[in-house]
Amino acid sequence: METGILKQIIKRRSGAAFSEKTMFAIITFLSAVVLGFLVFMLAYIFKNGFSALSWEFISERPRNEMTEGGIFPAILGTLYLMIGSSALSIPIGIITAIYLNEYARNRKLVKIIRLGINNLAGVPSVVFGLFGLSLFVVFFDFGVSILAGSLTLGALNLPVIIRSTEEALGVVPGTYREASLSLGATRWQTIYRIVLPAALPGILTGIMLSLGRAAGETAPIMFTAAAFYSPEFPASIYDEIMALPYHIYVLATAGTHIQESRPLQYGTAIVLIAMVFILNFAGIILRYRYKRR
Amino acid sequence: MKIHRNILFDLFIEKIFFLVGFTCLLVLLLIMLFLFKEGLPIFSNVSPREFIMGTSWYPTSENARYGVFPLIMASVSVTLLASMIAVPLSLSIAIYLSEIARPIVREIVKPAVELIASIPSVIIGFFGMVVIAPLLQTYFHLDTGLNLFNASLMLAFMAIPTIASISEDAISSVPVSLKEASYALGANRWQTILHVIVPASLSGIWTAIILGVSRVIGETMVVLMVSGGATTLPDSLFSPVRPLTSNIAAEMGETPVGGEHYHALFAIGIILFIITFGFNLIADYLSNRYKFKTD
Repeated sequence: METGILKQIIKRRSGAAFSEKTMFAIITFLSAVVLGFLVFMLAYIFKNGFSALSWEFISERPRNEMTEGGIFPAILGTLYLMIGSSALSIPIGIITAIYLNEYARNRKLVKIIRLGINNLAGVPSVVFGLFGLSLFVVFFDFGVSILAGSLTLGALNLPVIIRSTEEALGVVPGTYREASLSLGATRWQTIYRIVLPAALPGILTGIMLSLGRAAGETAPIMFTAAAFYSPEFPASIYDEIMALPYHIYVLATAGTHIQESRPLQYGTAIVLIAMVFILNFAGIILRYRYKRR
Repeated sequence: MKIHRNILFDLFIEKIFFLVGFTCLLVLLLIMLFLFKEGLPIFSNVSPREFIMGTSWYPTSENARYGVFPLIMASVSVTLLASMIAVPLSLSIAIYLSEIARPIVREIVKPAVELIASIPSVIIGFFGMVVIAPLLQTYFHLDTGLNLFNASLMLAFMAIPTIASISEDAISSVPVSLKEASYALGANRWQTILHVIVPASLSGIWTAIILGVSRVIGETMVVLMVSGGATTLPDSLFSPVRPLTSNIAAEMGETPVGGEHYHALFAIGIILFIITFGFNLIADYLSNRYKFKTD
């Protein structure tokens, strides 16, 4: 009788150990599949696009119906959009985060604003495009332009900046603030001299991530800023521009030279990926070093 | 006197920051306002029922028809399939990172997963178009590799970092005392994960899934490039389809501002906005309601 129970227990135990091993193996395998896909994707794009890369490619304009030449106008356009959108989203985002984290006392109000931020973060990018088209391009009559695209991307990026800044402010110990306030500093002096410097790496991380996002988004600029092909460089913020992500889309889907321009498509993809990854790596490294401190 | 001025300045800053703090709400409000302003006029020509339930979308023909039902079904089917692929993979990563991986492996895998989130969607769409589509076409003997299945695969890949990282946060926030209690009762690690850790972090996992799904519904470039673009109802896993987002992106460029078609596309924007807004409210509710109380 007793040995029977003992046997059963042993049997169950080894069964449980077996299922633990199998399940862990399955979970590890599935995780590896995802990472493998990532590596495959990047390796494939780099392998096929590497031959297209040259100094000429990043410094010259497209030629011969965009089947030859470079992508300099698209790089320039993407840089303009990154700068333009950050000029809007960085100050407003940081100020909003400071208000929510340091000043606001009305909990209900904070809750409503946070809900607004969360919902703004969830709005599909193409809806941002519609918003930019109807408000900036048509209603304010900015036309399809750097200005309209920057405002649209800036709105899209607000939640990214706010969230990362709030996170960075939240990590600053309350004792820092108390010490400063007890020395007679005002709240603004405390924020400006104590809290912001301590939160700076975290805030910078958020800025890097938002810049990367501004560089890579396509749908919001399709009807607000991006030009299929513009041979001249923009003369003012009311001009339309080429942009890297839109350029990839155009080369890969439109026109009659899709096959001929394939190497250029891969090359443009590499340039865009490199830009976004450099920004993200910078952000991740900043955060990593910050956390270790 | 100087102290007085500093205090006044502090109050001034507070007022300014208070006003700036409303920018997000203002933007959200403007989005709604302009979507409705430009989208509602379509309903003076087409009834809402006809618009949502109509099965033919011929916006440019002489006798224009605006029925978005096939587009809605395309969005729904792509989203469902993508979630079915993404959820198990994401949960595996979350469990792997929080419970299985050695610290040194974790330090590599976690940033790698975050890296996926940073890849521009146009790149993923491009990859689906030039690499996955020909593969599918050859192996399954299809007319086109640009279809529902390909789009779902690419969207799943995009949703994985969102679902995985939020789930992982939820799983990591389960108190150690719960795990220890489970081990003390003789449960092994897998039993503890399955019966203690996952149930305890379920609300966080649901939040993650809902946010991931919401991202899939709203994703544009991937479906624009790889879903095939047919405005018919999907009848198989490999049907070319045209989800709501890609329809807006594909047609807005060639539409005169203020025309019937223009308004119809904004009305599709309203549908998208309402769906994602709903999903976000649910996610918000879940994450506030069941937050784990650590001791």
